[in-house]
Amino acid sequence: MANVVVLMPGEALQLPNNEALLTPGKELVLGPGLRRDDGGTVVATKAGVLRRREPNVYWIDSHQKRYVPVRGEMVIGIVTAKSIDLFKVDIGCSEHANLSYLAFEGATKRNRPNLQVGDLVFTRLLVANKDMEPEVVCVDSAGRANGLGQLSGDGFLIHTSLEFCRRLLTPGCPLIASLSAVCPCEITVGLNGRVWLRAQALRPAAVAAALLERSNCIETEQMNSQLHNLTDCLANF
Amino acid sequence: MKETPLSNCEREFVLLALREKKRLDGRQTYDYRKVKIAFGTEYGCCVVELGKTRVLAQVSCELVSPKPGRPSEGVLFFNLELSPMASPGFEPGRQSEMAIEMNRLLERCLRSSRCVDTESLCVISGEKVWHVRTDIHALNHDGNIMDAAVIAANAALAHFRRPDVTVQGEEVTLYSVKDRDPVPLTIHHMPLTTTFSFFHEGSRLLVDPTRLEERVMEGRLLVAMNKHRELCALQASGGIRLLQDQVLRCSQVSSVKVLELTEIIQRALQNDVQARKEGRCCGFAESLPVQRVTVACAHEATVNNEEALRRANEVVKFAEEPADVEQPVCHRGPHTAQVGDGLVNSWLVVDDEPKSEEEALDGGDLEGVKVENEEVEELSDDSVIILETHNRVPRVVQLSDGSEEDEVMILSGKDLMNVSNKGCTKKANNSDDVMEVMVTKTKKPRKRNK
Repeated sequence: MANVVVLMPGEALQLPNNEALLTPGKELVLGPGLRRDDGGTVVATKAGVLRRREPNVYWIDSHQKRYVPVRGEMVIGIVTAKSIDLFKVDIGCSEHANLSYLAFEGATKRNRPNLQVGDLVFTRLLVANKDMEPEVVCVDSAGRANGLGQLSGDGFLIHTSLEFCRRLLTPGCPLIASLSAVCPCEITVGLNGRVWLRAQALRPAAVAAALLERSNCIETEQMNSQLHNLTDCLANF
Repeated sequence: MKETPLSNCEREFVLLALREKKRLDGRQTYDYRKVKIAFGTEYGCCVVELGKTRVLAQVSCELVSPKPGRPSEGVLFFNLELSPMASPGFEPGRQSEMAIEMNRLLERCLRSSRCVDTESLCVISGEKVWHVRTDIHALNHDGNIMDAAVIAANAALAHFRRPDVTVQGEEVTLYSVKDRDPVPLTIHHMPLTTTFSFFHEGSRLLVDPTRLEERVMEGRLLVAMNKHRELCALQASGGIRLLQDQVLRCSQVSSVKVLELTEIIQRALQNDVQARKEGRCCGFAESLPVQRVTVACAHEATVNNEEALRRANEVVKFAEEPADVEQPVCHRGPHTAQVGDGLVNSWLVVDDEPKSEEEALDGGDLEGVKVENEEVEELSDDSVIILETHNRVPRVVQLSDGSEEDEVMILSGKDLMNVSNKGCTKKANNSDDVMEVMVTKTKKPRKRNK
């Protein structure tokens, strides 16, 4: 059981064995929340828990609800407008993203995707920097959908924080396991804090949505008791 | 900033659930969310939570000249602010349509219903009256801000105390808060609102909609009533057509709800009065929920107390061993014996404090050090590495720090006489000063009127 380090913005990262020194073959990989300043020291830019993956990857897990687009991440978007050759999609950041009509599997100039305003799409970010509007696509580099595309309209969408979504995506997440025991459902997690789920009936879907919304701040051990509380209060559902 | 658009699947899901008469948070059709009312340390400050919707109301007052048409009535002013803090859809600056509508409703509900007695707010007819201003801020928008705002306004007005004023002939005395207890406002009744939202062309209704339900609803009906079943205001918006018996049924439901809400407000006010009387801490700090955001499913984290242990070991090294010598037992008398001689009192306040504390630590069996460690563990709920432990003060209570106790003076009979005389004259001086000030103040307008 390792010690847990909490860093505040501006604090320098103190590494044992002087790993901060850059030597060839011993480079540091800094993830979100860490930055190297002019003096060469590694400084935290977000408040949160320091995480490490052997041998030299460091990042900070922080609590955030506002999404900042990063290239390559998969996000759930809501279509807000249709124009001649592209869709405007809201992915939760300051600008609406562009989704071209041709960025779907098997789409041609004659064969247009059948998306309406208000539909949900599971997309991947192609262009994401602070100077341009973000651009998303529903197809990978080989032209295959691979799970991306329109999400059917008989599900439900919930809004959570970003680190909760990342937690859900960790392999072997106990939350998903306990959820599937109570209400089996199909879940799509977007890294912009949106989770889409669909179950066979109304009740398991509602219970699953309520459980996910309330699981934001609780530990794994408390999750089972939460489940019982929830299924009790939604008993009349 | 624009608000997140509502997706089709969210809308369909809510409507589907409604078709089967179910709500997403498990409530029944006529159920309100949990209402929490908290008062601040200042009089007239109130925070109301309706589920996740939070609203803050603050009442303040000042003396102004009355309106020309109503010379002997005080002035009530209400202002509801929807700031971007509550929801990204609210824009700062000019009030949106929704904000204007809500402000109008507040005025109709609270001012026109004459729930606060304005005649009692008059000080000098035609010249000075109290202007009572209620500012309501929306802190978080999760649906039904209107109901929460009205509850907050009523609770704040009932909680508020204005400075006491007495009028004796020509002289008006305004007492500050220190001189005389402030006086509550005269409240005749509490008009509270109930919001009904309609779906499926008026065939389904819900009380107290959440944000999602508000975005999906087709129309809204707001009924303002007090607990005596007197209707204060009625407002239907959204363009739905309602039948007569629907409106009647809504008003009946509203009368039940308003009774419950009035009960909750009264109980909260009583609790606050009780807390203030007993001198307990009152205010938001006590009633704010502790919301901890624990990131990730972490297992129990150990605290790095190597530093603490190291220092403890150092301290122990130089500590005196407790005396293992057998204490001599000396008999003082029948059934009375004494073991040992007693130690030097180590509770004297010495100038160089750290030394005395360390001595106290050394004296016990590492008890002092254990205390430090305990403190360290208590604080490390959030798993923080404690780098400096030597500055922490162990739980030694210092009594002679000259806090609330003033110097103790023993009075004799003569002194008592002097003190009481002094007291009287002092008071007279005070009131003289105050009266002087007030007299000059009132003289000026009189001259002008002539």
